[in-house]
Amino acid sequence: MAHTHSAEGHEPAHVDSSTKTIWKTFWILLGITIFEVGLAFLHLEYNFMPRVALNGIFIILTIAKAFFIVAEFMHLGHEIKNLIMTILLPLLLFVWFIIAFLYDGDSWKRLRDDLKPGTPVEKTLVAPAESHH
Amino acid sequence: MDTAVTAKKKWWAGGYSPFNVSYGKLMMWYFLLSDAFTFGALLISYGTIRFSSPSWPDPNQVFKSFPGMGHADLPLMFVSLMTFILIMSSVTMVLAVHAGHMRDKKAVAKWLTWTIIGGLMFLSCQAWEWTHLYHEGAWWGRNPFANVDGTAASTNFTNFFFTITGFHGLHVTSGVVLNIVILANVLKGTYEQRGHYEMVEKVGLYWHFVDLVWVFVFTCFYLL
Repeated sequence: MAHTHSAEGHEPAHVDSSTKTIWKTFWILLGITIFEVGLAFLHLEYNFMPRVALNGIFIILTIAKAFFIVAEFMHLGHEIKNLIMTILLPLLLFVWFIIAFLYDGDSWKRLRDDLKPGTPVEKTLVAPAESHH
Repeated sequence: MDTAVTAKKKWWAGGYSPFNVSYGKLMMWYFLLSDAFTFGALLISYGTIRFSSPSWPDPNQVFKSFPGMGHADLPLMFVSLMTFILIMSSVTMVLAVHAGHMRDKKAVAKWLTWTIIGGLMFLSCQAWEWTHLYHEGAWWGRNPFANVDGTAASTNFTNFFFTITGFHGLHVTSGVVLNIVILANVLKGTYEQRGHYEMVEKVGLYWHFVDLVWVFVFTCFYLL
């Protein structure tokens, strides 16, 4: 227990620069958010950029914001590697989680499109014919 | 101090935390990790359903109101304000933690108070937004908003919106309650007596996590 707050000796030294980092992080977060909202407005008003590219940018910027919050505000960037890894490695599951589930959702949509009433009958007839090749 | 010896330090040899943080802080991190998976599951199921739907309502058509502005068409404005409030309260929270490192009781109390005010402001905004949507006919199981392509939308849109923002709002609420408890202890001098303000750091971690989740909710519901 004692070792966690034994840093008192060296704390005041790095503390001064610390508020500067806090405000810097705040401006970065605010800047990114304003940029995102600005892009969204440009898209709304002038149809700026295709939707897919815009969404890609939004996701990248969101992850950037998450990085700054976790690394600076939650101080994880300044912890030792063991702690960083024990938190970050399990989050890698999200990579599979997102890809698998969104792919599943998309395949449901395609199934619905294929099976909705009025879908050309030829489509279903072509399939068995092709399977003979 | 542990970190003084670096290169040759055997972190797993025992005698000290291999994570170089106290038990309580480590457990807060693990709790937040599990909570991240809860929110992740909610947001990914929202994404899955949205991907599986032929069409979906346009968020800019739904979230376009601002208090006191009547029927003015102001997409993104109100939610940007909410985002700003939450980021700001995150900053005041770091400043409280920072003041705790300096053992500055007055400053900790001041910044914690601002954080609580920020949290309450955010909750008020959310209450207004929910009430407004409710009066427009949106609720769990009811969706008055049409899809982008003009077809009638299913209730998936409102169900996910109210469930996920509601779950997040619940987190903000419990965060505010925790902050109030910690503020009371600060004022009582509990941490001054204990010799450190680590409890402020722990609720701080929770509070930043709530902000972090909002960043994702903001993107998933309002931007995409």
